[in-house]
Amino acid sequence: MTVTAPSAAAWAGARKDLVAGWRSRELWAHLGWQDIRQRYRRSVLGPIWITISMAVTAVALGILYAGLFGNSLEEQLPYILVGFIVWAFISGCILEGSDVFIKNEGLIKHLPAPISVHVYRLVWRQTLLFAHNLIVYVVMLLIFPRPLDWSLLLFFPAFLLLALNGAWVGLLFGMASSRFRDLNPIIGSVVQLMFFLTPIVWIYEDFLNSPNPAIAERARLAEINPFLHYIEIIRRPMLGQETVWHHWIVVLAITLVGWAVTMWAMRRYRTRVSYWV
Amino acid sequence: MVRIETRQASVDFPIFDAKSRSLKKAVLGVVGGNISSDRKVPVIQALRDINISIEEGDRVALVGHNGAGKSTLLRLLSGIYAPTSGTATIEGRVAPVFDLGVGMDPEISGYENIMIRGLFLGMNRKQMEARVDQIADFSELGDFLDMPLRTYSTGMRVRLALGVVTSIEPEILLFDEGIGAVDAAFLEKARDRLEELVKRAGLLVFASHSDEFLRRLCTTAIWMEHGQVKQQGGLREVLTAYKGKDPWPDDAMSPA
Repeated sequence: MTVTAPSAAAWAGARKDLVAGWRSRELWAHLGWQDIRQRYRRSVLGPIWITISMAVTAVALGILYAGLFGNSLEEQLPYILVGFIVWAFISGCILEGSDVFIKNEGLIKHLPAPISVHVYRLVWRQTLLFAHNLIVYVVMLLIFPRPLDWSLLLFFPAFLLLALNGAWVGLLFGMASSRFRDLNPIIGSVVQLMFFLTPIVWIYEDFLNSPNPAIAERARLAEINPFLHYIEIIRRPMLGQETVWHHWIVVLAITLVGWAVTMWAMRRYRTRVSYWV
Repeated sequence: MVRIETRQASVDFPIFDAKSRSLKKAVLGVVGGNISSDRKVPVIQALRDINISIEEGDRVALVGHNGAGKSTLLRLLSGIYAPTSGTATIEGRVAPVFDLGVGMDPEISGYENIMIRGLFLGMNRKQMEARVDQIADFSELGDFLDMPLRTYSTGMRVRLALGVVTSIEPEILLFDEGIGAVDAAFLEKARDRLEELVKRAGLLVFASHSDEFLRRLCTTAIWMEHGQVKQQGGLREVLTAYKGKDPWPDDAMSPA
């Protein structure tokens, strides 16, 4: 391992960090599990609490909003549930990503390891939480069967894309907010705001097809929100709705641009993280 | 091959106080028009122009007053801090022993902590499982290994951490002092173990204020002062210059 001044660090260093981090997957996989078990240590039900609290929230809000919007429960509840599960993953990656290095200051300053290890651990932990929440989805399918077809297989590439995005967001936001400590609260409020702006509890298509042209016009604006596309690529197959490819294209484009920016930032600032935390 | 080499390596710490670390300053700086001139962050020059070459088989003592840069130098040599100017080349797997508490989770059992620490030091699960008994034996913690770490005393934690680090085969062993919290009998045991470990390790850099420890483990020395290397050479020669007197006047045969 050669550690040089930043000017000579080059792309190889950034790539090596990612590869070496990936190779220590026994480490971050173990730590990711540990994080979850840790959270529910000494509780009788353990990680099942993740599943239960998701179920309670989704059912309660499903009933509430089905009543408010005048939708049927078998339409509203699955929509909200899947939206919540996906949003939990997305917001988890962003919120925890923005202080991933600050939280791991001790480890970063005492043990030489690629910085990507901390981000892999984070995305893995979020993936495990997501898997726990999927149990609620399966139970829901038994109660409100959906017209699922082969497009359900799109769930896998869609989740892979979400995880890939979680990784660059963690690296980039993590580096930026260890340098600028104000970013963390800013990101926190933006994520909270985005929850309401993204069609998770309200059904985007209902407004799009609204007889009132003013509402239909406004609903179109939701397309500007990148989170809409992330949610749609995975929610549509899970609900058995037809595939809308332009969501995939937008997500792919953001993924590529996001990784390009992250690699540039990794090249320049990766070695500064241990100084900043 | 195992070696460490630094050329003109410097480490500068930017000191961001609450104000300069915030976005506000950076953003307002852009609005003002001249960011480059007045965006200066105070910097502490922790290390300056370090030229060190440590080869396989070297056992180097690191001495110097508090704040001389010993710990920062160890972090430079481990690759935790990349030099802000100059280069540092590290070839070999590094096992740092800086703060024995870091990376330890108080809520999980001693066994679990052994596993995690081992994974951090570059071992895999299987290798660690094969070593757990040996570590349990060495640390003399017995049934306590099933208890959460928060029930341990400081000395017991040190035993655990030392047990892990001495059970692996590091190529580069970097040791910072702070292993004082163990009882005398265990310290004696740890010394023997460390001596063995040092023989197995490719190279050792050991920062300590204990002449006794240094004499048993090291052959050469680096004296740090104000972030620079003041003197490098044989252990006895450097220690004599550093302390102003021969550290082992009664012992003509001591390693020099």
